[in-house]
Amino acid sequence: MSGEKLVLVEFMSFKLECDKANHICDKNQYKEATFREKVRLIFHLIYCRACRKYTARNNKLTKLIKTPDVKTVSAEDKSILKERLQKETTE
Amino acid sequence: MPINLLNPNLWVDKYSDYLYNYTIVRVNNHEIAQDLISETFLAGLKSKDNFKGEATERTWLISILKRKIIDHYRKINSNKGKAEIRVTYSDGESEGDWLEERISDPYDKTAEDTMENEELGMAIFGCLEGLAEKQAAIFRKKTIDGIDTETICNEYNITPSNLWVIIHRARKAMADCLEKSWF
Ligand SMILES: [Zn+2]
Repeated sequence: MSGEKLVLVEFMSFKLECDKANHICDKNQYKEATFREKVRLIFHLIYCRACRKYTARNNKLTKLIKTPDVKTVSAEDKSILKERLQKETTE
Repeated sequence: MPINLLNPNLWVDKYSDYLYNYTIVRVNNHEIAQDLISETFLAGLKSKDNFKGEATERTWLISILKRKIIDHYRKINSNKGKAEIRVTYSDGESEGDWLEERISDPYDKTAEDTMENEELGMAIFGCLEGLAEKQAAIFRKKTIDGIDTETICNEYNITPSNLWVIIHRARKAMADCLEKSWF
């Protein structure tokens, strides 16, 4: 097999369907995509505009949620709140 | 029958994060914020017969919370004495106006960034309310609480691929919801 063909075969084996690409992108938001998956995703994004758009939005969502000023009430504080409410409703 | 129904059992899970983001930038103290939210839920519970179902549950709770925050500052100021208010407002504006203004505006220019991010926090939890209950809970656990896939799957008795489908749909819905103002 010529070198060129080999590259092509390698490339084809990297070829991804869009829903699989999006799945890798989702996993990557949680740092759960493998190195190989990330490489496949990057290849896919070179030629797929729709997935580029999805990936950009997905990355942006992750960034927004991780903004330090987005505050959350801890599970512990929530159960305190629930207890107070519960106490009031049963009285 | 009202269009919007109150469901106090779900208030804490559904609204406490949203209310907390609203409160913390206004009082800037975790314990006080926590107390004000607790008082808001209790006041809501006591006056739930007054709920006409015209506003959404959250809007109604926020309106109670606003009063609680104003009362909180009123209390602080009556403790400090009235002199300070008269100094601040030498033109004789009423205490009420001063308080309302303090509530609605950031205290100083450096607070501007905080105000913007505070709105983001409310936007995120507001959007989360729009998701189906289970979808919202799973998305939250995975994304905000950082709980691992296996634990969530066991809790909800779902497979990892079920989980990723739920996460995918939730992420799309969240991005759509936040798109207008934050993307
Ligand atoms: Zn694609």
